[in-house]
Amino acid sequence: MKEFWKGNEAIAEAALRAGLEAYFGYPITPQTELLEYLAKHMPPQGRAFVQAESEVAAINMVYGAACAGARVMSSSSSPGVSLMQEGLSYIAGSEVPVVLVDIMRGGPGLGNIAPSQGDYFQLTKGGGHGDYHPIVLAPASVQEAVDLTYGAFDLAEKYRWIVIVAADGNIGQMMEPIELPPPRRVERRDRGWELTGAQGRPRRVITSIYLQPEALHQYNEHLQRKQREIEKHEVRYSEYLMEDAEYAIVAFGTSARVSQTAIKWARAKGIRVGLFRPISLYPFPYARVAAISQRVRAILVVEMNSGQMIEDVRLGALDRVPISFFGTMGGLVPLPDDVLPAIEKMVQ
Amino acid sequence: MHHEIIISGFGGQGALFAGQLLAYAALAEDRHVTWIPSYGPEMRGGTANCTVIISDEEIGSPLVRNPTAAIVMNPPSFDRFEPLVKPGGVLIVNTSLVSSESKRSDIRVVKAQANELAAELGAAQMANVVLVGALVAATGMLKFETLDRVLDEHISARHRDKLDSNKAALRRGAALARP
Repeated sequence: MKEFWKGNEAIAEAALRAGLEAYFGYPITPQTELLEYLAKHMPPQGRAFVQAESEVAAINMVYGAACAGARVMSSSSSPGVSLMQEGLSYIAGSEVPVVLVDIMRGGPGLGNIAPSQGDYFQLTKGGGHGDYHPIVLAPASVQEAVDLTYGAFDLAEKYRWIVIVAADGNIGQMMEPIELPPPRRVERRDRGWELTGAQGRPRRVITSIYLQPEALHQYNEHLQRKQREIEKHEVRYSEYLMEDAEYAIVAFGTSARVSQTAIKWARAKGIRVGLFRPISLYPFPYARVAAISQRVRAILVVEMNSGQMIEDVRLGALDRVPISFFGTMGGLVPLPDDVLPAIEKMVQ
Repeated sequence: MHHEIIISGFGGQGALFAGQLLAYAALAEDRHVTWIPSYGPEMRGGTANCTVIISDEEIGSPLVRNPTAAIVMNPPSFDRFEPLVKPGGVLIVNTSLVSSESKRSDIRVVKAQANELAAELGAAQMANVVLVGALVAATGMLKFETLDRVLDEHISARHRDKLDSNKAALRRGAALARP
């Protein structure tokens, strides 16, 4: 039976049902209900909840718990995620599984608390130092936010990697009917790397420090092989009215929802336009964008930023078709009324 | 069916709860539904609104510029949303606080002195429910039995004793809107 849930709380419940054992975070709008929900529900269930003194502390607590083998996550919003970047780089360099939820808000700087997609570069290009890309999954509905969060823990553990659920303030604050997945128990098993106390076995070391350049080079090659594996197996996307489309909008998250309505209106005017919606922002569906660029006349990219994902769309589509852009910044959410003229302009 | 509703008023007037009432009822009637609040650095006395979309089809944008219906509970909400209602749409005005008159002839305007009507039924705080009653009667978007059931399920414990008054408030609003 479907229940009516707010995005932030639904994500929190999905994480609990996925077997979340430990959460560390710091309040920030428009994400706070997520942390608040876990603060209420985790301690009575014997799970660890800590409101840290800052996001910097929170992500390092996450790092520690992940090293100990716990199912662990944090959540924040854009400025808080910026603060976490050093920790995320250490986590990537240490190959421990971590889930992070970013309910994006307007920036740069303190910006505002309105919905934005301005973290695309920061999240997908590895906002911290060094060569790494976290897996980044972008939901466009509360149900999808639940499903992606629920699956994120398995994905993180499969690759021993960071998985970021990248939603915006709209998804966090919106209520929609959802079906929640069944609660799971995490089986505590030794996977051969976690630090559980070395009684009766050789000690294990989790580190991101390799002082010899050759050793660090070699380690990076290992990480890059992992990235290629992720790129091969974890590409996700969704399409709407693309079968007969002569034109395509590429958009993710809330801007994809808004575009979907604009597409309906454009179709009513006889414009054959469809939607290509990347769900995995990293790995980006380059191959699918390339295929689409071979059969449509033009592509319009819609984002709630100044044009970030469009760079990846260009890498996929190359110069095969004209690519135009419509974006809003500052936490402004575009409306279908704004996107329709951009579609009409693309068609001309 | 496809309804796009904006409900707007001062913080504390219950605009957000009124929207949730519609949304829970829409879910109970197996419709697609989204509810999204305007959120910001809100404070008591500031204006809050929510957008509810109820549809037989999957919902794209959860936000709209031109709603098919609006409930305006205070003067700033009237000024902002009265011009935006789609032609053929419905505007429910809380005349307890709004003295402006709509000049539009392409929409249906239903006036409700909701605060006073709610006070007569036991609590002025039920003004939002009176206005929801008017909206639902004017548009036929939901069944009143469903709203009753949803009220029963979602009314907070401290207002439980007002359940019957709330149901009466729905009817009181509906009576104003029936053609």
